[in-house]
Amino acid sequence: MSGVRTLPPLAAYALALGDDALILAQRLGEWVAHAPQIEEDLALANIALDLLGQARTLLSYAGEIEQAGRDEDDLAYLRDDRDFRNVQLVEIPNGDFAVTIARQLMFSAYQYELYTALLGSGDATLAGLAGKAVKEVAYHRDHAVQWVLRLGDGTDLSHARMQAGLDQVWPYTEELFDPASQLPGIAADPATLRPAWEQCVTSVLSEATLDKPEPRWRSRGGRDGLHTEHLGHLLSEMQHLHRTHPGATW
Amino acid sequence: MVNDPATTEARATLLAVARSVPDPELPVLTLGDLGVIRDLRQAGDGSVEVDLTPTYTGCPAMAVIADDVRDALHRAGADQVRIRTVLAPAWTTDWMTEAGRRKLREYGIAPPGPAAHAVGGPVQLAFSVRCPHCGSPDTREVSHFGSTPCKALWTCRSCAEPFDSFKAL
Repeated sequence: MSGVRTLPPLAAYALALGDDALILAQRLGEWVAHAPQIEEDLALANIALDLLGQARTLLSYAGEIEQAGRDEDDLAYLRDDRDFRNVQLVEIPNGDFAVTIARQLMFSAYQYELYTALLGSGDATLAGLAGKAVKEVAYHRDHAVQWVLRLGDGTDLSHARMQAGLDQVWPYTEELFDPASQLPGIAADPATLRPAWEQCVTSVLSEATLDKPEPRWRSRGGRDGLHTEHLGHLLSEMQHLHRTHPGATW
Repeated sequence: MVNDPATTEARATLLAVARSVPDPELPVLTLGDLGVIRDLRQAGDGSVEVDLTPTYTGCPAMAVIADDVRDALHRAGADQVRIRTVLAPAWTTDWMTEAGRRKLREYGIAPPGPAAHAVGGPVQLAFSVRCPHCGSPDTREVSHFGSTPCKALWTCRSCAEPFDSFKAL
């Protein structure tokens, strides 16, 4: 146990947002050389790179506040799955392209509202990051929107697969809006992000002729370190090199 | 100290040196053209501190840019150089100089349009990008994302050439 539970609230908040970005970056990186076309290889890698940049800022900041000497690499590579604070949405496997795009629409629409809210944060680092990230995420969201429209309102097959992808990721979206630590004026209250998220997602689904899923279950626990079995496998790949050669630099 | 003409001149010289360093990914542009060198200060102990802002938070060229700036300032006589990464205010393509835009076009990359148009509602408004090869406005976007985070892939309907377009941000 590396003491994540004793982190100061602001460090824990930065870590949670950073873990979301880091884990999704790692997932999206798996598409490189496997996407349906080369433009998508580039697009998904670019989105992953933006998320990795955001994760680096947030993890470094969490380490700085914690004052225990952990830097971004220690936090990314030397924690076990129970110490990660990301929502389960970002760790679920890529599935087919439709699952990945459905997840990306859900997450980018959420991150867009999150960073928009953090523009007004009383914390200069969070507000500064939000100012950059909101512009990057606008491109991510638009990319996902274009694909959902194209696949949803496309052929019978693309429609069916897009709907299936949507049905698969939807139960994981509830977690994005669960109450987070109370840092008034600094953190964004997740519940307040929901109306704009809902409006964006619903309007895209309706234009794409897709049905809004009505799931009978929802995921819970990512922010408390409770994860699906998939996270451990993802981490073993992501952390393998660093743990094999501790402290190596080049 | 601040108003000492010699100090002011030395700072201006070092700032010009830092701004003249070529961008590692787009060597046709200088860091000054890109607008990523935000400030340069000389501390009392003779050291120099440079404020550098990334184009994108995940820009992989940042480490190389910092090294290049440090090297250039060392060569200009500054022994101690510190590079500070600043995120706010967020970099925008609107900071790119006119000279930078012209150099990009000559290099075969369409320069960015005004950033105000870039971030809109769920579905973005398309605006025409002129082909840097033949100048035709009859172009289409192939992908939002190109060979680096800051560029998109476009193709020209008139001359049929593909080209990179610097994304407005």
